[in-house]
Amino acid sequence: MGPIGEDQFLFLMQGLKWTVLLAIVGFIGGGIFGILIALLRTSKNKVARTITAGYIGVFQGTPLLMQLFVVYYGVALLGIDVNAWIAVAVAFTLHASAFLGEIWRGSIEAVPKGQTEAANALGLHYVSRMKDVILPQALKISMPATIGFLVQLTKGTSLAAIVGFIELTRAGQIISNQTYRPLLVFGIVGAIYFIICWPLSHAGSRLEKRMAKAAR
Amino acid sequence: MLNSAKDQSMLISLEDVQKWYGTFHALKSISLSVRKGEKIVLCGPSGSGKSTLIRCINALETIEEGKIVVEGHVLDGSTKSIDAVRREVGMVFQSFNLFPHITALQNCTLAPMRVRGVSHADAERLGRKYLERVRILDQADKYPAQLSGGQQQRVAIARALCMEPKVMLFDEPTSALDPEMVKEVLDTMIGLARDGMTMICVTHEMGFARQVADRVIFMDSGEIVEEAEPEVFFKSPEHQRTKTFLGEILAHH
Repeated sequence: MGPIGEDQFLFLMQGLKWTVLLAIVGFIGGGIFGILIALLRTSKNKVARTITAGYIGVFQGTPLLMQLFVVYYGVALLGIDVNAWIAVAVAFTLHASAFLGEIWRGSIEAVPKGQTEAANALGLHYVSRMKDVILPQALKISMPATIGFLVQLTKGTSLAAIVGFIELTRAGQIISNQTYRPLLVFGIVGAIYFIICWPLSHAGSRLEKRMAKAAR
Repeated sequence: MLNSAKDQSMLISLEDVQKWYGTFHALKSISLSVRKGEKIVLCGPSGSGKSTLIRCINALETIEEGKIVVEGHVLDGSTKSIDAVRREVGMVFQSFNLFPHITALQNCTLAPMRVRGVSHADAERLGRKYLERVRILDQADKYPAQLSGGQQQRVAIARALCMEPKVMLFDEPTSALDPEMVKEVLDTMIGLARDGMTMICVTHEMGFARQVADRVIFMDSGEIVEEAEPEVFFKSPEHQRTKTFLGEILAHH
């Protein structure tokens, strides 16, 4: 058994950096495309609604691991040379946009009909109606679920290890293989995930309580 | 049918309007003309189509047959005609429908800025002017949830007035209010009427109807059953359905 010293710890921190970066990229990419998905999903256009419903169905109905595989090896099969970083970023963006799109669709539909009617009666057009009236309220409604998904996504980044990414979990595996101390190493890895995710979950449930109060 | 002088003062006209919800015939051959400055009270039992009728005027509902003209704009279902009509028509809802995430003043300034392209400073001036007019300027920076129902409804009236509409539609504006708040909203509406605003009000406030209405229209089962000046309408209604309705309404007030 080898010792777990500064070098090993720094290696884990390197892994943590990728975990956080992946989560951020997934969340930003997923957020931007997720809004688009949510808007198409709630639009008047039946084709747009059907296509986005299919998109959401596919990405919610298949494992993230498989999605990573398909994007990583699939893009390579097309003869396009992409590095792992871009492939994984694309896969996480696709995955997150489907989930966030569905969460936000529900929130948009949860905004009372009267809001749309009042906006219409005032003559507000689609862009202003959404940007100024519906989306601010919908995003507020969606906060607990959105944060919940962000926590899921953060933990889900461990799957990027499968395409050769040395993020936190993979880094832990490597250290564990070097030091033969799996329990200790994965204990530390688990604690690091917890330190990131717990405050997020906590913030989510606090928001939820505050909103329940405000709604009374 | 109409001579041209009369035509010019005509703000809204509905000709033979038909509306169905599925198989339910919600509006049956409704014809109605409203002159500039006229105040009309629409009443009738629930489900009689009175709300549906005024919601057709600003295209919140579509119609299957007939013709609606507002200030010379024919509602033909095109975005252009809907925009043109909504520019002339303000609406106040039963449940206020204020935007809860922005202040009373911001509720008033949003549409002038976005729809009419008014500058932020001018929109605020406009907003303050109309909040003052509904006597609620001191609450300008509060959020809707911090206001009472009566105050919220007055803000909603100010919000509609900020678009400087030619006609105001009121869809049961006092039905969701506690009794002690009804008066402040009705007083605001009476003030508007005195200033010459054209108004169509769906309401069961018969005192209000007596005081300001030029015509009271009674609807039942999607039809206009009877219309008359308030004096005549309340004293000597013609139809049995009107008599029954008035009997029920007045017994409670």
